[in-house]
Amino acid sequence: MRRVLAPVPIAVICAILALVGLLAYGLAANEPDRKAEESLARGERASAPPLRLPRLSGLGTKSLEDYRGKVVVLNFWASWCKPCREESPLLDRWHERMKSRGGTVLGVDTLDIVGDARDFISEYELGYPMLRDKDGETRESFGIVGFPETFVIDRRGHIAAVRRGPVDDTFMRSQVAPLLRERS
Amino acid sequence: MKRAAALAGVLAALLGAPATVAAQCPRTSLGDIEDEVMCPVCGTPLGLATDAPQADRERAYIERLIADCRSKDEIKAALAAQFGDAVLALPGDAGDDDLGDVLVYVIPAVGIALAAAGIAFAVVRWRGTRGPREPGGGDAPAAERRLEADMERYEL
Repeated sequence: MRRVLAPVPIAVICAILALVGLLAYGLAANEPDRKAEESLARGERASAPPLRLPRLSGLGTKSLEDYRGKVVVLNFWASWCKPCREESPLLDRWHERMKSRGGTVLGVDTLDIVGDARDFISEYELGYPMLRDKDGETRESFGIVGFPETFVIDRRGHIAAVRRGPVDDTFMRSQVAPLLRERS
Repeated sequence: MKRAAALAGVLAALLGAPATVAAQCPRTSLGDIEDEVMCPVCGTPLGLATDAPQADRERAYIERLIADCRSKDEIKAALAAQFGDAVLALPGDAGDDDLGDVLVYVIPAVGIALAAAGIAFAVVRWRGTRGPREPGGGDAPAAERRLEADMERYEL
């Protein structure tokens, strides 16, 4: 009986297929989570992933659940991120505006050196609460691939808007201000 | 005169103190450390992250610690405190998963050995089945020897 293929070509084909499979798996595994945007595109608001982190001050922890009933502008930032420098003063102004209307900005300092982060906060005189995600554990659940990224969370804990990149006044006026008028 | 000598002694001790501290300072360098730690944002060893702002901050932090006379192990511990154990690039540095640290080396070695054995086996099989053999199963050197013996016998 005639041999269809010799063992060496079979081995080479198997090795190539294995490498292609590995590459495909690597690409699929690194695909960021975009459930929030997909829900928003369908006109729905997905529940925000759970988040519990230590405060940047080192005093205790806070979770998103603690802010239930408030509009939360959840901002992921780092002191080494240049666009974060541009948006932080704007976020601080909006925090002051939102405070009396049941809203807050909540910063998450991610993959950063604590001393640098505190210097950043002093330099820009930021008054909103800050959490610390030292090893970036929340990046996967929120699908974060860069800094800054901001999630606007309504009073029921659902994501109402996402900005991958720095926020501006137009975004805050169009996405955050209407939520402050909503009841929980 | 005694006072002057005592003053000179104190001054010499004070001037010599920084040199003594520098001599006691553990000798490490940025280059030595950046191959053993990660740039957590880039997902590569720090030494390969040339253009990332986070990597630049991490290098600046390491240089501050080197200037503070910290040893290599102390600096790696400080980095782990800032960024978590994932910042440590070498297996075994985190120190909490002994089996995992061994398997990191053993599994690739076993994989490479198995692949090499498989390829060698396939090559031997392939060569064994390739091409028609000489009639009677003879090999080329034996045929050559027979030819030479025949030539000698007939004195050609």
